[in-house]
Amino acid sequence: MSITTTSTETNSSQKRFTLGASKMSGNYAARKRKSQIMEGILFLAILLALTPLALILFEVIRRGASAMNIEFLTSVQNISLIREGGGYLNGLVGTLYMVAIASIIAVPLGVATATYVVEYSDSKLVPFIQFFTDVMTGVPSIFVGLFIYTILVQGGGGFSTLAGGLALSLLMIPIIARASEEVIRLVPDDLRNAAYGLGARRWQVVMQIVLPTAGSGLITASMLAVARAAGETAPLLLTALGAFKIVPELLGSPQAALPLIIFNEARGPFEPAHARAWAGALELMLLVLLLTLIARAIGRKTEAAI
Amino acid sequence: MSSDANVFQRPAISRRGKSSEDVWFQRALALAGASVLIILAAMLISTTINAWPVFAHSGWSFITSAGWDPGISRTEITGSYGALSFILGTLITSGIALLIAVPLAVGCSLYLTNIARPTIGRPLAYAIDLLAAVPSVVYGLWGLLFFIPIFIRPVLKLIADTLGEVVPFLDGPVVTYNYATAGIVLAIMVLPIITAVTREVMSKTPIAEIQGAYALGSTRWEMIRAIVLPRARPGVIGATMLGLGRALGETVAVAMLIGGSEQMPTTLFQGGQSMAGVIAITFQEASPENIKALLGVGVVLFVITVIVNMVARLVIWATGGRIAGDAAV
Repeated sequence: MSITTTSTETNSSQKRFTLGASKMSGNYAARKRKSQIMEGILFLAILLALTPLALILFEVIRRGASAMNIEFLTSVQNISLIREGGGYLNGLVGTLYMVAIASIIAVPLGVATATYVVEYSDSKLVPFIQFFTDVMTGVPSIFVGLFIYTILVQGGGGFSTLAGGLALSLLMIPIIARASEEVIRLVPDDLRNAAYGLGARRWQVVMQIVLPTAGSGLITASMLAVARAAGETAPLLLTALGAFKIVPELLGSPQAALPLIIFNEARGPFEPAHARAWAGALELMLLVLLLTLIARAIGRKTEAAI
Repeated sequence: MSSDANVFQRPAISRRGKSSEDVWFQRALALAGASVLIILAAMLISTTINAWPVFAHSGWSFITSAGWDPGISRTEITGSYGALSFILGTLITSGIALLIAVPLAVGCSLYLTNIARPTIGRPLAYAIDLLAAVPSVVYGLWGLLFFIPIFIRPVLKLIADTLGEVVPFLDGPVVTYNYATAGIVLAIMVLPIITAVTREVMSKTPIAEIQGAYALGSTRWEMIRAIVLPRARPGVIGATMLGLGRALGETVAVAMLIGGSEQMPTTLFQGGQSMAGVIAITFQEASPENIKALLGVGVVLFVITVIVNMVARLVIWATGGRIAGDAAV
């Protein structure tokens, strides 16, 4: 803050010029002290808000690291909650598999939505799309799972990798669309005009100028959505279900996922399962954090480049 | 470069003066954009159709009564389904979450926008955003095995012992996992989105008004009271609604921490169940008619959250545009 009040002027005339809206009484020193106390309270709010973050990171690292080993990373799930041993490899594979499917569906759709919103902003449809994209980010993820259950699982498809991937894709679309929209808006109009000046068609401008320019920003947007989707549990309960082995099939067999295994093993009363759940949480957090950090790093580069 | 050659080709011109490629390109993008609307409509229609037998069987008592006694029929509805205790569970936990998170988020935003230097404020804001990146199952695990039994339960016991006699709903034996514990962890989870929106709104306070307040001799707190807070009020309301939408729909962390009981709430310190929670916990073992009933719970949850979210977005749009940043999605 560059603006600071001069604390030396504490004469009585000051009172007349203070704001009527706020409750002010007493001399300037008392008011100043009150302000400092309130500022201290606001700082306490920050500390209070960040305490859980510190506690989560500390506890997940502490308990996760003590249960994490090569066996955990390289072997599939132990069927027994009571016995020690086994890992979450099936969950990691399943999560990556479903997130990949979700990305294949959600990235083109999300980017196309954002492109339409920015490049065809004269369309009457655009405000509705923007509004409902925002609303869709707030749809409960478990409801997305229910929806996929009714159209895919129930109809005979059964629990499958595809069902899980589809559910995740529906959660990713609005996130990608919103974030991409901000990126595409950053592309300067000069570039578009230069292309039009060379005789380019609108679709050529979009495909050959706008999207390539926004490229790395679009990757950032997509990766943030991937990071979100990788940590989702609720929709997968109703679509992927879970599996104790590595499942290569796209359809016809339930699929495992890291968050699903953590959810199941944490809820029981058994210590070996709890230890694995902490290691799984560490693995999942590292995966999400890695994706988020890469996305942010690419994003900063883009902003600098544009 | 072959792609550049395209630019100079004379495209086919349609009667309306646009090349046909352009028309098709625009249509394809419009369809992609409209997919959001189509998906939302399809979600509501498909789940409602599947849940309809239960709605027809239970009528309004589905949301106004509390008996949840699933039958085991494959074809008809034989059990009784009243989701009131789940609806209340969702409302109570969300209410507790907002009661804690909103003042905290406002305090954080005030500090970040008005007090902290950017060199300190930016990393702090980043750290709060990071709370949104923690998967909800990790919140659940952490709450279940660490935070609730070690930190929260003793505090809640103390509250029940001291205030329980006088304040309604704060009495009774404190079970380890209850409405309050789920609400407290939920507060941590919705804090980043409320802070992100509030911060954005507060950062738009006109600098002239801030300087005006200082020129009139205000202290910083007086400036905040007189200028920043009144201007931010609509934004804070929008942020609260957005946080509410998030809290209502949060599933696994609440399901793990709320205690999993179907009884009606009489105190905050008893075990309960939320709408999303009952779906998550009982779906996998549910009979066909029970699944229809859970779909019905989902439809009720969807309708409530979509209305809350629509109001929230309208309020935030009215305060001057959408909110950027990934904590806000």
